[in-house]
Amino acid sequence: MTQSNTVEEIVSQPYKYGFITEIETEKIPKGLNEDVIRLISAKKNEPDFLLKFRLRAYEQWLKMKEPDWSGLTYSKVNYQDLVYYAAPKQDIKKKSLDEVDPKLLETFEKLGIPLSEQKRLSNVAVDAVFDSVSIATTYKEKLAEHGVIFCSISEAISEYPDLIEKYIGKVVPINDNFFAALNSAVFSDGSFVYIPKGVECPMELSSYFRINSGDTGQFERTLIIAEESSSVSYLEGCTAPMFDTNTLHAAVVELVALDNASIKYSTVQNWYAGNEEGVGGIYNFVTKRGECRGNNSKISWSQVETGSAITWKYPSCVLKGDNSIGEFYSIALTNNCQKADTGTKMIHIGKNTKSKIVSKGISAGQSKNSYRGLVSISPNAEGSRNYSQCDSMLIGDKASANTYPYIQSKQPQSNIEHEASTCKISEDQLFYLQSRGIDFEESVSMLVSGFCSDVFNELPMEFASEADKLLALKLEGSVG
Amino acid sequence: MISSTSETILSIEDLHASVEDQEILHGVNLVVKEGEIHAIMGRNGSGKSTLSKVIAGHPSYKVLSGSIQFKGKDILELEPEERARIGIFLGFQYPVEIPGVSNLEFLRVATNSRRKELLKSELDTFEFEDLVKERLKIVEMDPAFLERSVNEGFSGGEKKRNEILQMALLEPVISILDETDSGLDIDALRIVASGINRLSQPNSATILITHYQRLLNEITPDFVHIMADGKIIKTGNKELAVDLEKSGYDFIDKNTKEKEMAK
Repeated sequence: MTQSNTVEEIVSQPYKYGFITEIETEKIPKGLNEDVIRLISAKKNEPDFLLKFRLRAYEQWLKMKEPDWSGLTYSKVNYQDLVYYAAPKQDIKKKSLDEVDPKLLETFEKLGIPLSEQKRLSNVAVDAVFDSVSIATTYKEKLAEHGVIFCSISEAISEYPDLIEKYIGKVVPINDNFFAALNSAVFSDGSFVYIPKGVECPMELSSYFRINSGDTGQFERTLIIAEESSSVSYLEGCTAPMFDTNTLHAAVVELVALDNASIKYSTVQNWYAGNEEGVGGIYNFVTKRGECRGNNSKISWSQVETGSAITWKYPSCVLKGDNSIGEFYSIALTNNCQKADTGTKMIHIGKNTKSKIVSKGISAGQSKNSYRGLVSISPNAEGSRNYSQCDSMLIGDKASANTYPYIQSKQPQSNIEHEASTCKISEDQLFYLQSRGIDFEESVSMLVSGFCSDVFNELPMEFASEADKLLALKLEGSVG
Repeated sequence: MISSTSETILSIEDLHASVEDQEILHGVNLVVKEGEIHAIMGRNGSGKSTLSKVIAGHPSYKVLSGSIQFKGKDILELEPEERARIGIFLGFQYPVEIPGVSNLEFLRVATNSRRKELLKSELDTFEFEDLVKERLKIVEMDPAFLERSVNEGFSGGEKKRNEILQMALLEPVISILDETDSGLDIDALRIVASGINRLSQPNSATILITHYQRLLNEITPDFVHIMADGKIIKTGNKELAVDLEKSGYDFIDKNTKEKEMAK
């Protein structure tokens, strides 16, 4: 009993990224209507097709109802009380990093994402997004030598409108769901990646999202296209300051993999989670979906979700191409009053398609952590296979864990396996480690890491240790 | 091996302890000095394992009264990890499996925490590999076990060898081995016993908790204690274990009853 209390103390660490950057921000007035959408579009000098796309989405959104099927309870968002565009005051079309406000560079450095030429990470290209705009992208030139396009989506809209028009809203249609429709209407910025035919992207690509303003909704949009026989590994990270109000983050991510292409998409989500009583924190309502459009293509999602007051997302794979592969590896750690309802959808359409789901949920405090997933096998998907494994670990006796696997198979020649387990952090395991001289905190964090090891093994190298550190940080106690 | 000037390592006085509000130990007294090997025998439920867990500091066991001193210092306030670092080692009867945690990394972290206490330099991965490969020989273990998760999928015998490997790495001052012989076949018993013998030092001590004489054929104890109902009711030399093997616990019960009657 005392033991689990201490575990609870250990997982309740103050949020390290809660600072606010004092910077002059240009914001448009609160509220949402057609004029606001026109204003956002105008500010970004967008082509006509995109304004129309936004307006169509807005029209759909007006007709939609905020979903409430998940069992997540939260105070409803007043959509007229949000700012839909906020940007640090500076020339948006900066030419080089030297022109970026030093305060912004400093902010990202504090977050562990140095952008300047001297300090930047040696094998990771970074797109840094601050509130509604991308402020810098590193290694653009080097990537361009390989024909790889990596830039903010705003830049892509003006530089590569044909690609945008061809792909945007095709994987996640504007009326897919309430939050996706809202995002389609008002998205501000995000990342764009294009890997040409036959190219293996020479470095990891990474986007780092930072919310700074308190009353601003964050609606980023990411689009990744991998042409035939190409491959890319992309990482995203996110943090936000501590506010006692809830901030809405409703992103849309679309991935398209053509024949023989592969995309690996990894997330470390560490948005502000609110305080111990559950006041404040980010609502992380995100739609992420990848389409394995080509034969033999592969999309692999991995996520480490530790932040946000509420996380509600299901990174999914639509396996259209024959022999295509979808994977989902997830670690979700919730504490205090956090709630997470996350999982994936694997939609098998092509023949001999394969999917694999490995989900690890860790719940501490009074948090609620649910895995919800769908495996659907259509009549044509002969020879398809799925393997799912969902494990939950409870810390203390006030947290809860649920697993909701939905399985629909319309194809008798297919094979679906599902395994699920729930365990409590075991006193005997803790005592075993301690009795070998390992202190209590380190023992807890060893057990949690061990529990998550299947997923850590799937993360990109640079990222795995980062993610392990993040979990350890969440589990770190006040001593040493 | 034992001289009268030997330092006392462990001294337990009138120890009463409970688990889940039920008193299990009803006044245990025990003194263990440098160089000594003690065997504690007794029926299931007599309190042998409880005693070992209480010495190691398991949080589920509560000390109600009495004391445990290690080299003259009270250890009851120490956390389990602190007890381990000063040299108290518990070899578990049922070592737990810890999926996902690499055995090698676990052994390294444990070894370093003990080395830190001894003011020795901490070992990096390479240095540690050299050390562990050498110690593996003591228990005749395949290095492949280092690559696996802690005890996961190990057979009963492999788990016990992994315990003795930990003992070899931590170089404890006192080792309490809780039924290390249970579930071992003859070959494994011989390996484990010879490991324990090789590891005993003039300035360290061992407590063997066992049901059977067969371990004591391999490791000769200086003292044999019989536990019943949460107390040590009889202490003797190795002959006591032989008698016990011959006549069973009933003979002890009879003896004690007679003694009590005489009182």
